[in-house]
Amino acid sequence: MAAIAETAIAEEPTRSQGVWSAAWRRLRQDRIGVFCLGVVVAFMVMILLATVGAIAGGWQLEKGVPYAHPTFLGERENVEAKSVDLAAPKGPPVDISDIDPLAPKYDEWKKRAKEIQVSSPPRSETLPFGADRWGRDVLAKSIKGAQISIFVGVFAAVMATCIGTVLGATAGYFGGRAGDFLEWVYNVFTAIPNILLIFAFAAVVGRGIDTVIVILGLTGWTGIYRLVRAEYIKHSSREYVRAAQAIGASHAARMFVHILPNVSHVILVQLSLLVVAFIKSEVILSFLGLGVPIEMVSWGTMLAEAQTELVIGKWWQLASATLFMAVFLTAFSLLTDALRDALDPKLR
Amino acid sequence: MTNLVSVRDLRVSFRLGKTRISEAVRGVSFEVPENSTVALVGESGSGKSVSAMSIVRLLPDNAIVDPASRIDFGGRDLLTAPIDRLRSIRGKDITVVFQEPMSSLNPVFTVGFQIAEVLRLHLGLSSKQAADRVVELMTEVGIPEPKARVDAYPHELSGGQQQRVMIAMSIACEPKLLIADEPTTALDVTVQRQILELIARLQDKHRMSVLFISHDLGVVGEIADHVVVMREGRVRETGPVASIFSDPKDSYTKALLACRPRLDVKPKRLPVIDDFMAGGGRPIVVTENRVARPQEAKPLIEAKGLSKIYRLKTGLFARKSVPAVQEASFSLWRGRTLGVVGESGSGKTTIGMLLMRLVEATTGEVTFDGTDLLKLTDAQMMAFRRRIQIIFQNPYASLNPRFTVGQILTEPMKIHGIGSSDSDRFERAVSLARRVGMPADSVHKYPHEFSGGQRQRIAIARCLSMQPEVLICDESVSALDVSVQATVLNLLLDLQDEFSMSYLFISHDLAVVKYMADDMLVMHEGAIVERGSAEAIYDSPQHEYTRKLLRSIPTGYRAAS
Repeated sequence: MAAIAETAIAEEPTRSQGVWSAAWRRLRQDRIGVFCLGVVVAFMVMILLATVGAIAGGWQLEKGVPYAHPTFLGERENVEAKSVDLAAPKGPPVDISDIDPLAPKYDEWKKRAKEIQVSSPPRSETLPFGADRWGRDVLAKSIKGAQISIFVGVFAAVMATCIGTVLGATAGYFGGRAGDFLEWVYNVFTAIPNILLIFAFAAVVGRGIDTVIVILGLTGWTGIYRLVRAEYIKHSSREYVRAAQAIGASHAARMFVHILPNVSHVILVQLSLLVVAFIKSEVILSFLGLGVPIEMVSWGTMLAEAQTELVIGKWWQLASATLFMAVFLTAFSLLTDALRDALDPKLR
Repeated sequence: MTNLVSVRDLRVSFRLGKTRISEAVRGVSFEVPENSTVALVGESGSGKSVSAMSIVRLLPDNAIVDPASRIDFGGRDLLTAPIDRLRSIRGKDITVVFQEPMSSLNPVFTVGFQIAEVLRLHLGLSSKQAADRVVELMTEVGIPEPKARVDAYPHELSGGQQQRVMIAMSIACEPKLLIADEPTTALDVTVQRQILELIARLQDKHRMSVLFISHDLGVVGEIADHVVVMREGRVRETGPVASIFSDPKDSYTKALLACRPRLDVKPKRLPVIDDFMAGGGRPIVVTENRVARPQEAKPLIEAKGLSKIYRLKTGLFARKSVPAVQEASFSLWRGRTLGVVGESGSGKTTIGMLLMRLVEATTGEVTFDGTDLLKLTDAQMMAFRRRIQIIFQNPYASLNPRFTVGQILTEPMKIHGIGSSDSDRFERAVSLARRVGMPADSVHKYPHEFSGGQRQRIAIARCLSMQPEVLICDESVSALDVSVQATVLNLLLDLQDEFSMSYLFISHDLAVVKYMADDMLVMHEGAIVERGSAEAIYDSPQHEYTRKLLRSIPTGYRAAS
């Protein structure tokens, strides 16, 4: 470790390392952190490819038979796929053409129908992660769902964190009238039950992904606000902040250059918790019909569909969405933990 | 005289992380004879507290005690004694008084309850019996109105009274050994004197032994019979108090005795540990006296009628005025040092804050070079911020832990537009670091990688980066070890000569202020009770409070007095 530190200094002989470059150097030494960073970056690349349509563009195509099994389960009997045939009447056909007024037309219709080429693509019996009720590929759905869910979760969490941090910093640092006013705003926001607040916002702004992000961002900042405010109250009376005041540092410099790096651990942990919470909130919102529109797919809508499937033993859509969610959220949480440690120069 | 406790070849190390182990105590042996006071003296990191706490096995979980170590108490090895046996000894036969009385008492229980708890646990007294005994004990340790104070909570008592309660708890079961871990360090000098007298009286009355841990040789000289001098986990010297003070053998002991500022002489430079350790026991002692820079015609800073009154809300409309500083007037001359002494709550720190406008004054004016600082807007004040700087007490808290030393030193230059470019400022930071005696590569490191003394040097360098004319030193050496204190004081004196800065030197430590100051203020309860030249105040104090303060200074060992 000492050798690394020395080379880092040797590379930059004239300048001292900034907080962030030093943090990056320390993050690279954390193997779990680097691995999680890799996973998160992989997800981001996947999302990017999904957004431009390079992968999972055809998630809506009905590629397999309904409830096609995952490949690794092999050719087990798929009862639901054959249920269409089972519904057909049994027994010998009965001739009812003499009482059917449309009977003379049937032959003509058959002939005309033959003129139209209907190309029904072959439906496969199995798909890598199986298929849903309409035979859509669960893997493609999970990838496309990741795009929406992560986009919503991360952006809403970043938005809520920014709002909470700025307001919390202001309230904690200045206190007095500004602090009282922000406390009042906070009280108003927390006094209303969360779900009602979300309904109210949704009713005003309408439906869509951007709405979901805005709603979650505007309602989710309260917890982080309280924590950041408390940290700022604690830190603003510390001697190093006094010392910064003595050398003439401005309010903004003291708030964001001096104190913020010292409370960043609180903010990062909250950010990772919020991402998790917001991905789950998106599920609830989608379930209530306030979330992502019907023509889109998210992990939330997949989980909502999985409820009915699970009853008839079709577990793969649930498993797939859960697996994607678990891998991403674990990696993201561990990454923020590693980032928190990297930002603390005392931990090596 | 038989030995009550004998510590044999004690080795304690601490596990840090997965692989690192740091040795705290490396083979320490000493005895505590019956009915006597033994002092463990050393600077921070000397292993004195760890050695003492090993006796009652009150060590952190990551401590590893070497199996070959032995601590004999009453014919048994305490290090291998089963935990049940140890619990019956702790609090009964061996008791401990800690440094911070405020944090060693439980804030949610009354002091009477906490004393009675010991009695019920170890002596099996009933609540009624215990209650009577508590009042006796509180009377014995000198708490006024003990009957009324039994039901007081710790925060309702002063620091000195809290420490008395701790002592009452520790003598409740008539212990054979009382371990006092820096019991007076957190207290004011007048209270320290009372507590020292109390411990000495109790030791004599109950014929118990006291293991007194301290960094302050002055205190130790007054109370101890035997002294054990420790450094870096080893015993440097041990002997009766008279021989340690009058005829020290070890060079480290000599250095410790010499580097503390004395009241009678004022050398140009204080001796430091390195002088003794490197010079083979023959230190270079500067005997030439320091001469104060003569007063100029006009003072650089003149404060008139400076007051700070805090208004506390005591009810819906009721307000209580608490004066922190009342009608303070003083002058500070260029190149001279104005010392401010006083106990906690005397308003001495507030004076520094008022000059810096870190706290806004209620009334009064501060003229700096003809400008009234207190009337300036924030923007106008910026130009003056550069000229008045402050060094805080705690070097562990006053440096931003997330900044490198380089960033800490260049930030003020950036704010005040000193230096032409970033690289120029960085060059200046490196030379500043060198000037205050830090290695040049320290600019790439973070504050936590340095010791307290080094951090205080960084804080000094930060002030120097703005080339101030006035430097306020608010208890700037109080948190430092004695030997480090001397080096920092020497540095401050050198810098004063070099840049002809004026110092406002605030401290509770009368010896340090006597050494540093040319002029002096004595503060008591927010008011200046005495002023004058440092020599005049120490030689013939006029005010009763000043006399009381001076009487309380620990004098060290005085032969046959």
